[in-house]
This record gives sequence, structure tokens and C-alpha cells, in this order.
Amino acid sequence: MNIQINGEWREVRAADLTAALAELGFADAVIATAVNGEFVPAASRATATLAEGDRLEVLAPMQGG
Amino acid sequence: MLTLYDVPVRSRLLLGTARYPSPAILTEAVKASGAEVVTVSLRREAAGERAGQAFWSIVRDLGVRVLPNTAGCHTVKEAVTTAHMAREVFGTSWVKLEVIGEEDTLQPDVFALVEAARILCAEGFEVFPYTTEDLIAAERLCAAGCRVLMPWGSPIGSGHGLNNLFGLKALRARFPGVPLVIDAGVGVPSHAAQALELGFDAVLINTAVSQAADPARMAAAFAQAVAAGREAFLAGPMEPREMAVPSTPAVGTALLR
Repeated sequence: MNIQINGEWREVRAADLTAALAELGFADAVIATAVNGEFVPAASRATATLAEGDRLEVLAPMQGG
Repeated sequence: MLTLYDVPVRSRLLLGTARYPSPAILTEAVKASGAEVVTVSLRREAAGERAGQAFWSIVRDLGVRVLPNTAGCHTVKEAVTTAHMAREVFGTSWVKLEVIGEEDTLQPDVFALVEAARILCAEGFEVFPYTTEDLIAAERLCAAGCRVLMPWGSPIGSGHGLNNLFGLKALRARFPGVPLVIDAGVGVPSHAAQALELGFDAVLINTAVSQAADPARMAAAFAQAVAAGREAFLAGPMEPREMAVPSTPAVGTALLR
């Protein structure tokens, strides 16, 4: 299915968030996730199912003021 | 000693981590500043670049406490969601709450700020709200549960120092027991010294250090200014007068006309 990852359309095979993150190369990364604007805690990723057209945000620590 | 949400902090200089020429210079600057608290943010991570992972490894090695911000948020929902994500990633309930209301000045939207602070404080966050010198906004933030306030000196990145001295002094006088951290607009160490001389508890500096020709040297200069300003406040500055008062005694002046 096609979903948006950080604003870019990507094809993913995985149906849940944990598997999708592994597929996208984030398996061991320090990140926080949101789907369609709603925070998905790490503990809920395995049960968070993805659907066609979903917007996934993958955020990581960054410089800030 | 300064206490922020029950955490004792020796250095009254808090440092931002953005816009340094290189990660190595960021590290040097944090060390030279003596800061024990640095601000960080959350941004989109590209799996191929892993820039965030590299940055996080540098910050962890610094051994300082992090204060995640909600920079770039314009609504209550964006700020609250960002705070939730930051708490998970950084493992802290501290959050520097920013809700921007206006693009040219990056002035906080204090109405949305109070609402977001109310939600986050109720959820157990320890909120450092980036606010203005507005007394009523400050009162509402304290009522919402904030135990630290971060009023701006002047617009973020402007380097104009303390823009509204009257308002900032009134804020200091009105909230004697609340730690007040001047956040934003400090351009040079004399601005930071002035803030501490007026009784503000600390300053948060970023651009003034990161955009200096020699950031580590400027960080050290700020550390000295903050220490001097605090000492001056504790020493009790003299009251300014409108007219001259001779410092050398008039009694015993020779008649030489």
C-alpha cells in the first residue's frame, strides 16, 4: 500500500507500524511516531495498523533552541 | 542555587544546540558555557541519513540535562502532540512549550500557550512556557501549573537584548518566587548580565553563541557575564539618580582661587 512518510509517498508491504518501521530502516532508531497527526507510543506500534493513504511522521532528536 | 522543577542547577546559563558550524563546535561551546541544561527539538528523520541518531549520540556524550522544545508549533494540538513525542524520545517530563502566534516576530500565542500548558501540566509534564512579559498571561500559566516561566527578552534570534525593561521588571516584581528564565533575543554577554542584575534567575542563549565567529569563546564570555550579573544582583545595585552626586568628599576641599 502507499502511505506518506514524513511527507513523501512510499510503498510499504507491512501492515503494522512496528513492521513498517523495520521495513523503512528505523528498526533500532531513537524515534517517535505519529499516524495521521496522532501520537503512537512505542508500546502501541505493534498493534497500530496502517491503511492506504495514512500519513506517518517519524521524528528524531534534532538541534533546537 | 537555582532550582527548576525540584532539580538544582548550578549554572544559570542554559544553552540551545541549534545552528552551530559543526557538531564538534557545539560540543566545545557546551563545555565552555558550563551549561547543565541544553535545549533540543524533534524533527523528521530520514532513514538513510540518520542525522538525528548522530546528534542524539553527541548530546548524550555531553552528560547534560535536555530540555526538549516544541519549536515550530502553531496550535495547541501540535504542541501537545510534540510534547508527548518528546517525552518518549528524550525520557524527560520537561518541555519548553512554544506555541508561535506570529511569523515576523515569532511572538508566542499566549492564549494557545496557556491552554497547552493546562493540558500538559495535568498530564504530569513539567512545563517551561516560552511567553512574553505579559503579567496576566504569566498569572494564567502559573494557575495552569507552570512552576517556571520563560519570558522573551526580544524576538528569537534578533539579538536585541531586553526590549521592554519596564515590563520585564514588573514581571520580576510580580512573581518573586517563580524562577524566571529570559529566553530569546539576548545578543551579547552584557544583555545576559543585565538580565541577571535585574534578578532574573537564568538566561537561555542559542543564536548569540552559535552564530558568533568563535562559539566556544562566546559561550565562555556568556558564562562570565551570567556569573557577574548574578553576583551584582546579590550585592544589591545602587539606585540610579537624575543628577550628579560627587563621589569625592566636598568637605576639606582646598581654596585655591
